[in-house]
Order: sequence, then C-alpha cells, then structure tokens
Amino acid sequence: MGVNMIQNHMELTFDSISQNESFARAVAAAFATQLNPTLAELSDIRTAISEAVTNAIVHGYSNNPAKKVYMSCEIQGNVFEATVIDEGKGMENVSLAMQPFYTTMPGTERSGMGFSVMEAFMDGLVVESTPGRGTKVVMTKRIGSVGDDE
Amino acid sequence: MQLANKRKGSSLTVMLTGELDHHNAADIRETLDGMLDGSVKDLILDMSGVTFMDSSGIGIVLGRYRRMQERDGRLYLSGLGGSAEKILRMAGVLGLVERK
Repeated sequence: MGVNMIQNHMELTFDSISQNESFARAVAAAFATQLNPTLAELSDIRTAISEAVTNAIVHGYSNNPAKKVYMSCEIQGNVFEATVIDEGKGMENVSLAMQPFYTTMPGTERSGMGFSVMEAFMDGLVVESTPGRGTKVVMTKRIGSVGDDE
Repeated sequence: MQLANKRKGSSLTVMLTGELDHHNAADIRETLDGMLDGSVKDLILDMSGVTFMDSSGIGIVLGRYRRMQERDGRLYLSGLGGSAEKILRMAGVLGLVERK
C-alpha cells in the first residue's frame, strides 16, 4: 500500500431472480479487476458472490421476484470487500446454517455448501441474520499483487 | 450452458459447456436425466468446457452419482479444472467419483 492505495466503492440493487446470479458475479469481478487479481483470485470472487446472491434469492426471498438484493463492493488498498444483503426471512441459527452440507431444502439437490465455499474461497466471512428481517453477508479477499509497485 | 452427448455402447459421454449455477442447475439436471435410457451403464461428464461452477454443481454431480448407483452403473468425471475441481474436491466428491 502507500501513496497509490486504491479506494473505491460501488452499489448495486437488483431483482431477486436467478438470472441476476451471473449478472452480480460479473459486476463484482469487473470491479475487482482494478486490483489486478490473478485469474484464480477472480474466479474465487465470482464463485463466492454467486453463492451469497443465490442464498439471498433462494433462501432469503424464496425466489420472490418482487424482492430486491443489495450488493456493494469496496476496495481498500489491496483488499476487496463484498456485501450482499437481503431483507428476507433471515436465519434463526447462523452457525448451524454455516455447517457444511446443512440444507433446509433436502431433496432439491441443493448441497448446503454455499457458506463453506464462501469461507474457503475468500479470506474473511461475516454473516449477520435476524429472523424476519434478513441477512447480511460480508466477504473480504486480499489480492496479492496490488500496491507493490512503489 | 450447453450439453452435447456422445454414445458408445453402454457408455454415454456428456460434454458440458458454459456456466453452471443455481439458475440453470434444474435444466441441466433434467436434460442429463433425460439422456439416461435404461441401457446406459457408464455416464461420463466431460467438464472441460465448464467456465464457471458454484456449489450448484455439487448437487448435479452427487445426484447423478446416486442415480447411476441406483441402476448399477457408474459416474465418471473428466476434464476437471479451475473452480469446478476446487469445489468438488472441497465437498469430498472427488473421493467418491472416479476421474477419467
């Protein structure tokens, strides 16, 4: 970091429809390219965003297209941060929901690995949820090659 | 995502091309299962054309693994790489499903 430290912020609101899963991850990845990430880092970001947005649409809003998903991304130095928020049904027990293979939708081939993927593919993951109010997921990833040029 | 298949005896190879996520998982599942007539014993999913896959892919692969087991057949994966391989490895799927 240092004098050339990048700071940037963007916000996006979109309908809770599954077509927007690819839209959201493409936007987040395009924003993250400012940090000159490797292809693997970019792929990790796309995957984690896809998981968070899918959770918001499928679990938060039960696929209700009238609802809105809120995504914001921020760059601070070489750290990329993404926040995905829904104002849906929320979770009673966040730690249980974050257990690998835990799913509230057995029989649908939903794997229950969404949070595990977010944890594995990003450096930081914080999940806040209130039943009846919604869920906020904040993920951070340190990108290796930025700010080393001074 | 596009699916193309190649049949050789009792073996069916399906090439998946494009992005695999929750949005298209149900269609992919339905198309794959529609390709499985009673004579297919080996199903090979060629993942070399998959440009993106999230955890929806775990369900697709595990679901087909179970389906092939139910009919005394086998599932194989080929052409794995990138996020698809990382996710399937993380979920322990590569310990179950053989690679070709």
